Amino acid sequence: MRTIFYIIQKEFIQVVRNRVMLPMMIIMPIFQMLVLLYAATLEMKHIELFVVDNDHTEASRTLVSKFEGSPFYKLSGHSASIKEAEKQMKKDKTDIILNIKKGFGESLNRGEGTDVQVLINAINGTKAGLINAYSLNVLSEYMGEYAKDKGLYSEQFSSGSLDVRYRYWFNAELNFKHFMLPGILVILVTIMGMALSAISFVKEKEIGTIEQINVTPIRKYQFLAGKLLPFWIIALFELAFGLTIGKIFFDIPIRGSLFLLFSFSSVYLLAVMGIGLFFSTITRTQQQIMLLFFFFNIVFILMSGLFTPVESMPQWAQTANVVNPLAYFMRVIRMIMLKGSGVQDILRELISLSIYAVLILSLAVWRYRKTS
Amino acid sequence: MQEKLIEVRGLTKKFGEFIAIDKLDFEVFKGEIFGFLGANGAGKTTAIKILCGLSYPSSGEVNVAGFDVYTQTEQLKLNIGYMSQKFSLYEDLTIYENIRFYGGIYGIGRKELHNKSMQLIRKFGLVNERNSLIADIPLGWKQKIAFSIAILHDPKIIFLDEPTGGVDPITRRQFWDLIYEVSGEGMTVFVTTHYMDEAEYCNRVSIMDEGKIVAIDTPNNLKSSFGAANMDEVFVKIARGTEK
Repeated sequence: MRTIFYIIQKEFIQVVRNRVMLPMMIIMPIFQMLVLLYAATLEMKHIELFVVDNDHTEASRTLVSKFEGSPFYKLSGHSASIKEAEKQMKKDKTDIILNIKKGFGESLNRGEGTDVQVLINAINGTKAGLINAYSLNVLSEYMGEYAKDKGLYSEQFSSGSLDVRYRYWFNAELNFKHFMLPGILVILVTIMGMALSAISFVKEKEIGTIEQINVTPIRKYQFLAGKLLPFWIIALFELAFGLTIGKIFFDIPIRGSLFLLFSFSSVYLLAVMGIGLFFSTITRTQQQIMLLFFFFNIVFILMSGLFTPVESMPQWAQTANVVNPLAYFMRVIRMIMLKGSGVQDILRELISLSIYAVLILSLAVWRYRKTS
Repeated sequence: MQEKLIEVRGLTKKFGEFIAIDKLDFEVFKGEIFGFLGANGAGKTTAIKILCGLSYPSSGEVNVAGFDVYTQTEQLKLNIGYMSQKFSLYEDLTIYENIRFYGGIYGIGRKELHNKSMQLIRKFGLVNERNSLIADIPLGWKQKIAFSIAILHDPKIIFLDEPTGGVDPITRRQFWDLIYEVSGEGMTVFVTTHYMDEAEYCNRVSIMDEGKIVAIDTPNNLKSSFGAANMDEVFVKIARGTEK
């Protein structure tokens, strides 16, 4: 135990003296929380709208103003020519074209059905789907109001005798930041924990001090524990730091128990740091281990359910996620923070990750060779 | 009969097809300063790593301080000190912190460790510099500190792999004073070097060439049997002999 203490002491001194590491530990959470959270948003704002109005009636003008009045749309151009509108879309200057043909208003006034064309740039399918939904909303609202104004109650206009009201649970305002912030926290502590301890191990190989350690009677688990614990503590601090930023700036809800969140994070960190330490036993240079990290973390992060729900992934991907520690934590941190889940709700994940941590750490101890 | 601290029989190390060391036989006695000489690439470092328990032999028997290198590697490590050719101090730690760290992982008690660290620092006249980072002190000091750290836990044998590489003659001379000092206290010293003047300071030397020991004796006996005035000539004669 005392041996481990001496390694921990040394690691902390080295972290504090490192001119890159310490500032990174403070800047990274702030940057990730404050910048990424605004940048990595799926909320739609400023949808560029191009209007082709060949009708020029009161009806068509009202429809256009309905779009303009919505906080989601921004008028990017106006023309009588659909050719011009298409040109703008090809240049990526517009996301949606609203094409109102001549006779639109007249048909409406006669109480007949009519057409309005909506063209959506669907390079990004998710975005196009959202634009479609928003546009239908605006259109049906318009129809409802128009019918009322004109005193028309034809079947065509009464948009739904069934009034469906939604209530969104756990994230009532559909605040995207509340969904993303826990996810970004996961990435933050993962990168911090996994990379820092593993790199500090590989660095000893590069500068040659590992040989001086291998020639001492130190036990293998003692050395690895000494490499793990300082960064484990640092990563838990980062989590606390990130949560504080989230609370202050975004009023992020923490509905579950903080104690449970930190307990789960502690186990989670043992697993990911175990992966990092295992990698450092099979690499010689920082360059090699960084490449391994890039490869695994990109796969782990994209499959973790950060942006896309794991449930909508193909079955094989969901099965593969068994070995992806990020997938467990991504699910659990949102459950605890947004839903207030208790220990019995996350027991399966907790047990799985505990087994994972024990296995991967044993593998790292086994693979570390003091004598080659 | 003197006590044998190192006993090597038929030691061979292969890296794939390449035979780095080929059937070495030698022994080192308690209290000796044993010089392990050879040109660069002769296999000195490979051999020293096996003796320190950092690398397993491909075949042969090796016993160091009474422990077998295959099965008792960790007990062996408690009884030896090793100063590698590659620099082994932490540049971002101070002199004191380096000593404390290595002493700590050898399991030296806190109080004893503090006393020992201060004693060493005083011995080198570094009391005022004890909180300087290793990165900021001259190479000669670093090597003396690395040496002190290697003997902090009072090993029976100290292995020095080219300890004086890259330092000036005066510092080298001072380093050898340190070696004599610990030798005088009864520690066995196993040192590799390619400075032939240093070979003269050893009680016995072996000369390695292409993975084999080609000569082993006291410096004086080697000089007379090769008809050479100094060790440098002995070395050149041996090197020429194998070039044929």
